Amino acid sequence: MQRVLMKGNEAIAEGAIRAGCRGFFGYPITPSSEIAEYMARKMPTIGGVFVQAESELAAINMVYGGAATGARVMTASSGPGISLKQEGISFLAEGELPCLIVDICRGGPGLGGIQPSQADYFQATRGGGHGDYYIIVLAPSSAQEMMDLTMLGFELADKHRTPVMLMAEGTLGNLIEPVLVRDEVTEFVDKPWAITGCLGRQPNIVNTLHMPVEQLQTRNQHLTEKYQAIRSQEIRSEEFLTEDADLILVAYGIMARIAKKAVMNARSLGIKTGLIRPITLWPYPYGVVNKIAQTCKAMVSIEISTTGQMIEDIKLATAGKVPIHYIGEIARTPNPEEITQQLLVIAAKEGLI
Amino acid sequence: MKMIAKKPESLTGAKYHYCPGCSHGIIHRLVAEAMDELNIREQTIGICPVGCSVLAYDYFNCDMLEAAHGRAPAIATAIKRLLPDRYLFTYQGDGDLASIGMGEIVHASLRGEKITTIFVNNTLYGMTGGQMAPTTLLGQVTTTSPYGRKVEWEGYPAKMCELLSCNEGAAYICRTAVNSPANIIKTKKAIKKAFQIQGQGLGFTLVEVLSTCPTNWGLSPADSLKWMEEHMIPYYPLGEFKVKGE
Repeated sequence: MQRVLMKGNEAIAEGAIRAGCRGFFGYPITPSSEIAEYMARKMPTIGGVFVQAESELAAINMVYGGAATGARVMTASSGPGISLKQEGISFLAEGELPCLIVDICRGGPGLGGIQPSQADYFQATRGGGHGDYYIIVLAPSSAQEMMDLTMLGFELADKHRTPVMLMAEGTLGNLIEPVLVRDEVTEFVDKPWAITGCLGRQPNIVNTLHMPVEQLQTRNQHLTEKYQAIRSQEIRSEEFLTEDADLILVAYGIMARIAKKAVMNARSLGIKTGLIRPITLWPYPYGVVNKIAQTCKAMVSIEISTTGQMIEDIKLATAGKVPIHYIGEIARTPNPEEITQQLLVIAAKEGLI
Repeated sequence: MKMIAKKPESLTGAKYHYCPGCSHGIIHRLVAEAMDELNIREQTIGICPVGCSVLAYDYFNCDMLEAAHGRAPAIATAIKRLLPDRYLFTYQGDGDLASIGMGEIVHASLRGEKITTIFVNNTLYGMTGGQMAPTTLLGQVTTTSPYGRKVEWEGYPAKMCELLSCNEGAAYICRTAVNSPANIIKTKKAIKKAFQIQGQGLGFTLVEVLSTCPTNWGLSPADSLKWMEEHMIPYYPLGEFKVKGE
């Protein structure tokens, strides 16, 4: 394996190619455009397809068509574009079409800004479009994980026949770090359901319309059972110094790396601090957060969002067991020292120092 | 015994859900006959729209995909790019293609996507109960143009063949009608030609078929054909608008 310096967005694109992605359908938007640019350069040289779509709606529907052929396909965008894609994501979920959707988050609502954000958490983790569904959401925290979780994303998408979202802050998309470039994936699952022309078999149909009530109920029951299987098999999280901690930080993505340093700072000041880092944002590691809530005294959600979004999942996980505090602001990635200062205030309030 | 007529192999034979006098059944059959005659059923992938023909996947005996409203050309684009030796057709109504899907059809034709679009124009939204479409004629009464379509309120009806034939990527653009046996034969010829031009890789192909909607027009099937001849054909002239190379 080669170790090279890569921008996070490029690590996603290269990881996708190494995972066998041969179709990219996108629309330019800051801060995700490097992914489309990388694919525009590479796809024609490896027999893949790159189409710059006329809109985000067309791009996600190209993903719908591409995924229906059984090929590994993807798109990438940012908040405003992801909002437009939600119609297609709902269709992909109901059609059970595997694909990867990358969201390199910027601030919102509206056009918001182009600075980093984690404020797409709600639309990512609650399905996002209309109807009864979830999609798997992966949150990398380094350029290496941009590549690794992209590759994992394709694998999980095929395994569970579901769209998978990789969600990262604009910071991570533009951060250049050393990356161990992974080997190409060579084994793929069969997709006998794919739409390829019915030569030698009965025709296949990809459809999301289920008109008789019982048919829709059966369909959504099937999806619900699938989501339960994903919950039991695919939850991923990381714990850092949680065993003896009184104060637990919960943070994901780039914020988790910064929070780790703040944990060390706080410990050097005598506050027993630890960190939970959700890697799958859906399914959320409710069990881990709940378990640690039994032994710690307070929790803090740290997010790049002013209102706070993941904090709602922490509240669901802890069910009132411990007080939950919040540190966060849109469009700005705080440094560890700033967080440490705020942790001191929280620790004092909770009687931990 | 000599077989003189049979159900095309490219139709499943499932009973149509369409209203009496609706042209969708005829147009489905013409598409299927063209596929049979070109022997491309097993290489063909069809995309159906949202609208009355949303259930077309039950009727065509080939791989089928049902699209979100208006998005069929984008879906067909990706499939054709990934599987370039297959035949792709989208089957779309006028609300689907000329209103919510205007962006997708214009850009698919600009890119010269090697697909065939069967565009069924009956001047209104049939499935939702007869609302105004971009193709509704001036003066025509619908449930959302109850005073008749007025230029000052709703602007002009969309002439899609005229619009799309301006695009360099379009290889074949033709408008036909299914009001008479002669025109039905011409429609089938046009659909077959569109598939052949797709097979030659010359670019985007579209056949607009003027169609009846007796239910929402409030007319008998016979009077609907008369209405089409008296009102639709004069505004939407029939014929080939573009044939690449000719």
